[in-house]
Amino acid sequence: MLYIPGNNPAMLQQGGVYGADSLLLDLEDAVALNQKDAARILVRNMLKSINFYTTEVCVRVNHLDTPFGLEDLEEIVPLQPDAIRYPKTETVEELAKLIQIIEAIEDKHNLPHDKMTIHAMIETALGVQNVFEIAKFSKRVDAITIGGQDLTADMNIKSTKEGSGIDLARKMIVMAAKANKIDAIDTVFVDVNDEEGLRIDTEYAKQIGFSGKAVINPRQIDIIHDVYMPTEEEIRKAYRIVLEFKKNKKAGIGVFAIDGKMIDAPIMTRATQVLELANIDFNSI
Amino acid sequence: MKNVIGREVPEYIEGIGKTDMFIGAWEKLKKGWMDEPTIPPPNKAKTPHLSKICTNLEEAIKKTSPKDGMTVSFHHHLRNGDDILVRSIEILANMGIKNITLASSSLNEVHNPILKYLKDGTITKIWSSGIRGDIGKAISEGVLNIPVIIHSHGGRVRAIHTGKINLDLAIVAASAADEEGNATGSHGKSAFGSLGYASIDMRYSKQVIVITDTMVEYPCIPISITQNFVDYVVKVDSIGDASKIATGSTRITKSPMDLRIAKIAADVIEHSGLFVPGFSFQVGAGGASLAVAKFIREKMIKSKIKGSFILGGVTSYVVDMLNEGLFNAIFDVQSFDAAVSSSLMENSNHIEIPAALYANPYNCGCMTNKLDIVVLGALEIDLDFNVNVITGSDGTIRGASGGHSDTASGANLTVVVCPSFRGRLPIVKKSIHTVVTPGETVDVLVTERGICVNPLKPELEENLRNAGLNVRKIEDLQEEVEAIVGKAKEVEYTDKIVGIIEYRDGTIIDVIRQVKHNG
Repeated sequence: MLYIPGNNPAMLQQGGVYGADSLLLDLEDAVALNQKDAARILVRNMLKSINFYTTEVCVRVNHLDTPFGLEDLEEIVPLQPDAIRYPKTETVEELAKLIQIIEAIEDKHNLPHDKMTIHAMIETALGVQNVFEIAKFSKRVDAITIGGQDLTADMNIKSTKEGSGIDLARKMIVMAAKANKIDAIDTVFVDVNDEEGLRIDTEYAKQIGFSGKAVINPRQIDIIHDVYMPTEEEIRKAYRIVLEFKKNKKAGIGVFAIDGKMIDAPIMTRATQVLELANIDFNSI
Repeated sequence: MKNVIGREVPEYIEGIGKTDMFIGAWEKLKKGWMDEPTIPPPNKAKTPHLSKICTNLEEAIKKTSPKDGMTVSFHHHLRNGDDILVRSIEILANMGIKNITLASSSLNEVHNPILKYLKDGTITKIWSSGIRGDIGKAISEGVLNIPVIIHSHGGRVRAIHTGKINLDLAIVAASAADEEGNATGSHGKSAFGSLGYASIDMRYSKQVIVITDTMVEYPCIPISITQNFVDYVVKVDSIGDASKIATGSTRITKSPMDLRIAKIAADVIEHSGLFVPGFSFQVGAGGASLAVAKFIREKMIKSKIKGSFILGGVTSYVVDMLNEGLFNAIFDVQSFDAAVSSSLMENSNHIEIPAALYANPYNCGCMTNKLDIVVLGALEIDLDFNVNVITGSDGTIRGASGGHSDTASGANLTVVVCPSFRGRLPIVKKSIHTVVTPGETVDVLVTERGICVNPLKPELEENLRNAGLNVRKIEDLQEEVEAIVGKAKEVEYTDKIVGIIEYRDGTIIDVIRQVKHNG
């Protein structure tokens, strides 16, 4: 998920070419206070005119407590990007208010309520404490994301490369997302020149359950894809598991062994997830 | 009249003569010998133990008895740090020499000061592989009465040994030399690497001056320029700006766009069918082009593929690939960064080659003919895959033909990498200002918005499609680009021809017309 400052026309225009799975057109922290109007107008026009190809497009609006949040929604919601990312979500009450405003705007423009989704961004200690309820609150919320920089500031702790201070928050957010069967997107890795650091951080994010990671520079995209893409060996193994599973299923056998290791339903689920990431159709096997 | 690729080229060009029209990339070479005779190199003599040393450049130039109408040559291995060309022309101008034909293998911004000598009639004709800076702009605006002739690196060698360029004086800057004129670019305080372009000048120029800022004890090793061709030797304090000559390692770009294009290009190469053990490879030093080497290196390591040789302009990055054992040899006609110099000295598989061996079409097989994969840039490319690397969006001369058409002609797979537009300027266009490299020699265009395969290569297109790559029609890409950046206003030209693009075989592939002044 690639962050693009909403007031940078050159970057916005090229957003779709870098191979990111999704774009985050930012009206919030990446835009200076005196640029908020310009960014909002620019993003609105870009959404109307630029082809982002197959890349999913999200817009991060300003919080409704700021003077910009409502205007952002009024301009952006009618264009129905794939998702609205809402910053500093702390309670279900403010989420309810957000959804109410979004749906009123949609009604005004005769738009459905089930197309554009919401990514709730957790950036405060209170938000972390409430994250399960936030993730559960509405079907429109299809992803929870963590904003590491703001959370570090809110907790009044030092930002470190390893992110040890926000480790519990990351895990709580993943758990809340998984419990509600929605995505969890990890925070950015800010040192764009530290490729090895990014790889290590992404491997950790993958290991604890994040389904993706935000980036601030297109150069970071390939490393994240590389980490998340299953290896050739993993794909072969998953393919074999699915193949054997299908054969055994026909014979009415649910649990079987490959190379002496037991294969049961959870392993089968994991294998299908690997194939899905590798763009291999389960039914073609 | 229109030539075979539809470019409007007059049958007769004032100051040049009857036009030898471009007939196709390989047509003229097919019969296996050339009708143009090779001119004899000069016969010279020196009595034993006669000193060649001159106290300064002026003395050396005076000894060569310069005269009006002479042709004087230089190489561009000193990059943008070169001080020798400007100093030499100033000396000739101060001597009152007029009507000089300048035959520098390329001209850069550093040569801007000679512009006044184009205006006052000191220099009236230019042969070069590229012209950048003020000179290119002034020529495009019509400062010279005779059109400049843009040749390729291989074409320059051909032009010299067939006598189209008849050299009277070659001034060869070297980073180290001895008293007899044996010289190299591989060591000394201004080390720049290979002296590949100067080799043909040394053999064919009536007089040769070697100029260096590092005199070494006899003999100067390795010997790139050999004493038997050298008339005079000059030691000077400096041959130019060492910081711009002896540049450090070329770094891989950090531009996300260049990296993105390079990654797609590497995927194209991987799935082209030519990424096999023993492949040969050439990349430029430019952003996306060199970055392709980074991704190819990763793929070679991963797939355990070892290549044969690296050709061409050489950067320290590809030297590292040689040292890692990914290739057997480097053939180096031009070193793009000075970090290469030590490798030239120490690694016997890193071999300096003359431009004739690199790319001359008039011989029994130059090395570009043996090339499998080349990655090249473009200023513009049209729907027939013709490439412009010489004139900018405003129609003025600001680039270099270099080895572009030579390598494109030779390689089994010619990959052109460029963004589909830069700023507001479209790069993929319906028609381009100037054609340097004919589309029939370009196999695939790689941009950030997709891959376009030349319809002459259907099997390549099939390979890339089967690999799931984003292959699209060049016409669709052009339309998309036009929709984004709008239609550019046409550049207006007069009828005056200010430049001629000579294809590597000596035929004329295109001409450059004078840009009309606004207001």
